[in-house]
Amino acid sequence: MSILLNSESRVLVQGMTGSEGTFHTQQMIEFGTNVVAGVSPGKGGGQHLGLPVFDSVAEAVIATGATVSGVFVPPAFAADAIMEAAAAGLQLVVCITELIPVNDMVRARAYLASRGARLVGPNCPGLMSPGERSKVGIIPNQNGRPGPVGVVSRSGTLTYEIMQSLAAAGYGQSTAVGIGGDPVLGLSFTDVLELFASDPETELVVMAGEIGGSDEERAAELIGRGYPKPVVGFISGRTAPPGKRMGHAGAIISGNTGSAASKVAALERAGVEVADTIEQIVERVTARLRRG
Amino acid sequence: MKLLEHQAKAQFRSEGIECPMGRVARTPGEAESAARELGGVVVKAQVPIGGRGKAGGVKVARTPEEAHAAASQILQMEIRGYRVPAVLLEELLDIGQELYLGVTLDRDRRRLAVLLSFAGGMEIEDVAERTPEKIAKLWPDPFSGPLPFEIRQLTLNALASAQGEQVLERSRLLGMMVPLVQRLYQLCQRLDATLCEINPLVVTRSGQLIAGDGKVEVDQNAEYRHQDLVRELGGDAEAASSGDDQLEVEARRRGLTYVHLGGDIGVIGNGAGLVMNTLDLVKQQGGSPANFLDIGGGAKAEVVRQALEMVLLDPEVKGIFVNIFGGITRGDEVAKGLIQARDELQIKLPLVVRMTGTREEEGRRLLEEAGIIPAVSAPEAARRVVEMVAGAGR
Repeated sequence: MSILLNSESRVLVQGMTGSEGTFHTQQMIEFGTNVVAGVSPGKGGGQHLGLPVFDSVAEAVIATGATVSGVFVPPAFAADAIMEAAAAGLQLVVCITELIPVNDMVRARAYLASRGARLVGPNCPGLMSPGERSKVGIIPNQNGRPGPVGVVSRSGTLTYEIMQSLAAAGYGQSTAVGIGGDPVLGLSFTDVLELFASDPETELVVMAGEIGGSDEERAAELIGRGYPKPVVGFISGRTAPPGKRMGHAGAIISGNTGSAASKVAALERAGVEVADTIEQIVERVTARLRRG
Repeated sequence: MKLLEHQAKAQFRSEGIECPMGRVARTPGEAESAARELGGVVVKAQVPIGGRGKAGGVKVARTPEEAHAAASQILQMEIRGYRVPAVLLEELLDIGQELYLGVTLDRDRRRLAVLLSFAGGMEIEDVAERTPEKIAKLWPDPFSGPLPFEIRQLTLNALASAQGEQVLERSRLLGMMVPLVQRLYQLCQRLDATLCEINPLVVTRSGQLIAGDGKVEVDQNAEYRHQDLVRELGGDAEAASSGDDQLEVEARRRGLTYVHLGGDIGVIGNGAGLVMNTLDLVKQQGGSPANFLDIGGGAKAEVVRQALEMVLLDPEVKGIFVNIFGGITRGDEVAKGLIQARDELQIKLPLVVRMTGTREEEGRRLLEEAGIIPAVSAPEAARRVVEMVAGAGR
């Protein structure tokens, strides 16, 4: 089992004919993902990477039965692409694009909520369910290994590094989800934790947060109310000064909200073991899984 | 992009939000003739930060001569590091009451929030901290915007915590707030702003609602849609960034994601989360990071060279820590860039590199051949660079 994505998922890629879209679609196929179509307005009727290309998501869904979309379109068109996917009835939309205007995302997110579709991202590496041989996004294929750990993180490279370090210690992932570094996101830590809670394959969750916003504090509240699985936490940006945007648009301490200290304290109050380094994450995962 | 007050108010006016009569002046002479037109005025420094009143950047002038004197003083000021490119002269208002009205991004709700308070004129952050019950909030549907009944309820909620007597009677206030809030929200949408704020929103004794001050922040990701504003900022843009960290200004010019932190260990990595974590590792080992620099995914040798060059512009830097996780980024590319940069820039400072992932072996071999010993783990690399910098200082 896994969350959000499995071997049954039929994936279409919006922006597949672009250079990023092409490269990562190839990688997704190589990993085993069931990619069924591409969508590029104006290029419908053609073929790309041996797959049919459509002018609209609606046409692609009718022809191929796609259930999931990966969005690789440029920032100016990304919010529209997300809404198009939801309007066509797709249940999961994964948006990799970064630098999307935040008010565009406010509208796109409200639109998705009204249609019951789920969004991962934007400005994220996507997600991967190694045991199901399925991924949507840009997580490097070699980092995936099937196993009992659910990974959820705001950062791309940290997700990869955590996956690799866990794999080196012999622990694979049920699903790894990069929720993204923007201020306005689709799925939050809380949403993903709830999904992991009811996934039988997931025995433990690694949650890697960072400064900015209060999604980590919300997650701590959820865990504090009684979470069925152990959670190992990690927060980066402990040395970040207030008011400075640390690379991610969402990684900024503003006023009294968003500091690493507040997040670490909230998680520890909820009984989460918070690791200081990635090596410590691996140690804690090892200790918890051995204890059973 | 933060608009200066006079630019924000030009936007307010175009949306039908009332502002005091005013003129922009760039010389004391211009200020004097503006005051001749306007009568008694307030002269305000145009800088993109708060607290200018406390710094002496706001003065009342009753005569054109006083306006000349005030402008000549203010135009020479530097307010918290920011040069003053212009002053705004505005008619004096007959202030009955000061409110706060703002539209701002609420990350938790993933929507724009409308904030209204009768405790206006103060920093809203202070009000939010000390007496949060005095701020009424509304989170409109982003497609419909704030609806009239929602705005009336917002106003009633704010009134419930207001103290003292109101200048405007309730029916009048409810009627006036509806178009005002709709216009400010509309402006926020049109400008792709993450903040549109009127503080104070002045209620004059004659019962008008007038924007006493104006703050607008346009989302950096949407600037491409507002090239007219970027152009308009034109000559003021340099002054508007004069108080910013000059290393960060230079990094922006070079298109690099860099934050100056003031320590002595330069940090370069790929991915925002990874770089933040690298800073944390340096601190855990007792070191002090000089900067945050994210070279992003798939960086080529040339980008690595530029990053090193940027870090070295900071004279405080005494050692460099490069932390690369290879996903799309290839270890051999990074290694080539590092070696090339070290040789070209003749870097003598301690340089510690940790790399893992794609083409790790090739990258490490290249580094070793060039005399740069790659570290085994990130914590080990952090310890080494901190030790080397401390050792060099002795």
